[in-house]
Amino acid sequence: MQHGKYRFIAGFLALPLAIYGVFVISPFVQAIYYSFTDWTGLSPDFEMVGFQNYQRLWDDEVFWKSVGHNVLLLLVLPLVTLGLGLFFAFMLNVGGRRRKNAAIAGVRGSSVYKVVYFFPQVLSIAIVALLFQFAYNPNSGALNSFLQAIGLDSVQPDWLGDPQLALWCVMAVMIWCNVGFYVVLFSAGMSSIPKDFYEAALLDGANRVQTFFRITLPLLWDTVQTGWVYMGIMALDAFAVIQIMTVGPGGPDYSTEVLAYYLYTKAFRDGQAGYATTLGVALLIVTMIFAGIVMKLGRRERLEY
Amino acid sequence: MPSQRGGPAVDSPGGRLGSEGRVLNVFSHGVLLLWGLMVTLPLLWAVMSAFKTDKEIFTSPWALPTSLHFDAWGRAWSQAHMSQYFLNSVIVVAGSLFGTMLLGSMAAYVLARFDFPGNRFVYFLFVGGMSFPIILALVPLFFVMKNMQLLNTYPGLILVYIAYSLPFTIFFLSGFFKTLPSSVAEAAMIDGASHTRTFFQVMLPMAKPGLISVGIFNFLGQWNQYLLPTVLNVGDEDKKLLPQGLVALAVSQGYKGDWSGLFAGLVIAMLPVLAAYIVFQRQVQAGLTAGALK
Repeated sequence: MQHGKYRFIAGFLALPLAIYGVFVISPFVQAIYYSFTDWTGLSPDFEMVGFQNYQRLWDDEVFWKSVGHNVLLLLVLPLVTLGLGLFFAFMLNVGGRRRKNAAIAGVRGSSVYKVVYFFPQVLSIAIVALLFQFAYNPNSGALNSFLQAIGLDSVQPDWLGDPQLALWCVMAVMIWCNVGFYVVLFSAGMSSIPKDFYEAALLDGANRVQTFFRITLPLLWDTVQTGWVYMGIMALDAFAVIQIMTVGPGGPDYSTEVLAYYLYTKAFRDGQAGYATTLGVALLIVTMIFAGIVMKLGRRERLEY
Repeated sequence: MPSQRGGPAVDSPGGRLGSEGRVLNVFSHGVLLLWGLMVTLPLLWAVMSAFKTDKEIFTSPWALPTSLHFDAWGRAWSQAHMSQYFLNSVIVVAGSLFGTMLLGSMAAYVLARFDFPGNRFVYFLFVGGMSFPIILALVPLFFVMKNMQLLNTYPGLILVYIAYSLPFTIFFLSGFFKTLPSSVAEAAMIDGASHTRTFFQVMLPMAKPGLISVGIFNFLGQWNQYLLPTVLNVGDEDKKLLPQGLVALAVSQGYKGDWSGLFAGLVIAMLPVLAAYIVFQRQVQAGLTAGALK
């Protein structure tokens, strides 16, 4: 029996572990090692160069630019996306006409709204990025012709081609994509908050805004925090939208360059595999700092209900 | 959803709340509709453009097509290889989804329900993979694949998709297997079923809700995957996957100018997922959000 048990365990774990080890664990470990070499990725031979790559990273202007953009994404994306998600979810669950025997009610057709809002979430990010690349097209795109149609002929920005605007255009697309997900997520959380809480608060003379900040948000805090981590990881990646939407390497004048895309161009276009993995290690460090901050800030008392 | 225990709590503030409620209702519908339009208009615009001529797309992007042109669809489907890309995606995702679910549930089952030395270590080894950026592993992974002759092949992509889907799948399913009652499995063992048989015939069917949630999550993730094929599948033009093929189509010089064809390709890639989503929207929403909550 005991013998059979261990054979069974080994048999069930062997294949998953092997695949995971070869394609996930080993590349991660190798990446750290390669970051200390001058490997080009083209030839089999390379040398250990110590911290040279890291030295170069420190002096690399484009690297710091990318870090800056990643940090901007990290601040703006979760704030706007989660904010809109919370706002719409609250509207869906509390914004409805008051019905008999209920202090608060959801709007009519809230499930239809949720279905529609979720649309972009099931589409490939590549499809979304392409779609908006067309929409932003300065000559024939939907946006500029819309501006023209409402009489703003003089305002015809070169959206993705303008270094001042490009990154904001990309951010708008990422927000557009993700709001629906958080509406559904927060909505599920809100519908499980007991209605008596709202009734009691409204009876005490609180208005809707107060109920949101005093009841909904605190009770939903755990979900918000999870959402923040999710959005943060997305903000650190942003590879597809940058690669597909913006012109040239990292947008006009590197104005949309992010770490993930910079790593990709260094490794697969410039033949600097060693330096590229160094960028990857930097990305890992930024990720860990971000996770640490969220954990620290997010710690608060759990409310049971 | 109206609460059943209204009572005096609702009656007393009466009129004031009532009028506030009405104003709020108009406001919230207005705001909600606005975002609804912002979500649907770009998609409708793409569908509309696919039925236009190139000239119409350029001169009046927002006008309805003067007459329906279906030729762009044919061009995208056959000449632009959309049918081929579509098939490639189906092959790769079918293989990797099957592999992910099978291997993921096997590993999750063992880790959740058996005590053995190293159990926690293996578990955290798998689950730890969720928190690392894939892009860091990409450069060495490229060369691992190259050395194994797996670069630009279906089996290679399938294996990589499985490997990178395992962390979340195992994390989610082992939590799920833990909640299943052990009495049923014990009964099967007493009846003489082997461990393997117990797993396939008793435990897997019981875990169906969990398998469906994580299956939807993995399906969408793998079908929409862009980064991995962009790096690991760059050999043959005909072997591109759907999202990758679309992007290549948009950049390729030869195709420049055929805007309606591009829009048609975009819509072809969009429609199956949207259709499946509308049919299964409840499960899809539950499946994806379950991923964030656990």
